Amino acid sequence: MAEQFEPKMTAFVCNWCTYAGADLTGTSRIKYQSNVRVIRLPCTGRIDFMMVMKAFSRGSDGVIVSGCHPNDCHYTSGNYHARRRWMVFRDLLDFVGIDLRRVTFSWISAAEGAKWAELVNQATNAVRELGPYKEIQQLAAVGID
Amino acid sequence: MEELRNKAKELLTAGTVKVVIGYGKGTGDARRPIFVRSADKVNELLFDAGCTQNLATYLTKAEVRAMGRMVIVAVPSTLRSILQLAAERQVREESVLALAVLDGTLRELLTFDAIEQTVATIPDAISATDQAMLDKLTARSVSERRAFWAAELGRCVKCYACRSSCPMCYCERCTMDCNRPQWIPVASHALGNLEYHMVRAMHLAGRCVQCGTCGAACPVGIPVHLLTFFAEGTVRRQFGQKGGASAKLDYAMSTFKPDDKEEFIR
Repeated sequence: MAEQFEPKMTAFVCNWCTYAGADLTGTSRIKYQSNVRVIRLPCTGRIDFMMVMKAFSRGSDGVIVSGCHPNDCHYTSGNYHARRRWMVFRDLLDFVGIDLRRVTFSWISAAEGAKWAELVNQATNAVRELGPYKEIQQLAAVGID
Repeated sequence: MEELRNKAKELLTAGTVKVVIGYGKGTGDARRPIFVRSADKVNELLFDAGCTQNLATYLTKAEVRAMGRMVIVAVPSTLRSILQLAAERQVREESVLALAVLDGTLRELLTFDAIEQTVATIPDAISATDQAMLDKLTARSVSERRAFWAAELGRCVKCYACRSSCPMCYCERCTMDCNRPQWIPVASHALGNLEYHMVRAMHLAGRCVQCGTCGAACPVGIPVHLLTFFAEGTVRRQFGQKGGASAKLDYAMSTFKPDDKEEFIR
């Protein structure tokens, strides 16, 4: 019997809002899909666009990026800078032919445990339907020829 | 051209500048950058339609700076580069002087203000061929674009000519040379090449003056300039600010507005 494909999801989250929000999901006993690997960073401003690329090249099928809502940044403006970066990077991803349905951006505060569960479920379901990210994995495997 | 040589001679003889960065004869019909340091060599200077390379690249090179006050033979994109470099505090007003050849007339630009005013009068549309390529690519599907770039970047040999020729790539230590962590494989690698060119485009977004020198420098003819043009284009469209327009403005990606509008963040 063929096993159902389970996507590998990587989530880059900020320490102050989304990580705490995800923690709240757990303490509230809300269940969500376990495909996601959470990577905690100080701030969305710390999330280098290359981290998204690296997640894909190391075998992720989908990436979630999440942080504090605008105006809520622990460092005052990290998420504003991040927002500009994503606004440009997302367009560039599309331009070089990376499937945008595999990259999810969101703002999740420390009080939005339920939103986190919903986001992870939605993103994971979407990627599960798309299947493994063969295109990138092939590129990574071609390597040096 | 005579006017340019005379002006260069005058400046060098008077000692107001120590080096003229200009175009000289290359192999065949090609033009290459030359550095004229004495008045008797000014006849090596050329200016014609073949002079398209953006020479501003040399303004930040330590060995050129060490020569003393520089005067640069400028095409419109060179002027924009000077402004962007000035905004990033990479060139000082007193150390550089521009001789711009615009519509066949020579203009001596002494201050950043003068350059700014001149730049404001020059239309900065990219060439029709590049625009057509960009339009064609953006009209295609995502997978077609992926196939296009996989084929193009598959030829990249990681010579870094695009990086070296770019006036805005002046970092002494580049992420590409960083091996802890190693972001990008050193050798040519299918995914690594894509990552390298994406990093370059991202680092140039909001700073690119769209001179196209990177694409012209590529020895295997990859249109790498389209990536930076695209990134710069998206910055212009979304933030209404362009690279190389002012010597005072912070570049778009180092600043923000609380009301930046996007529709994809949930």
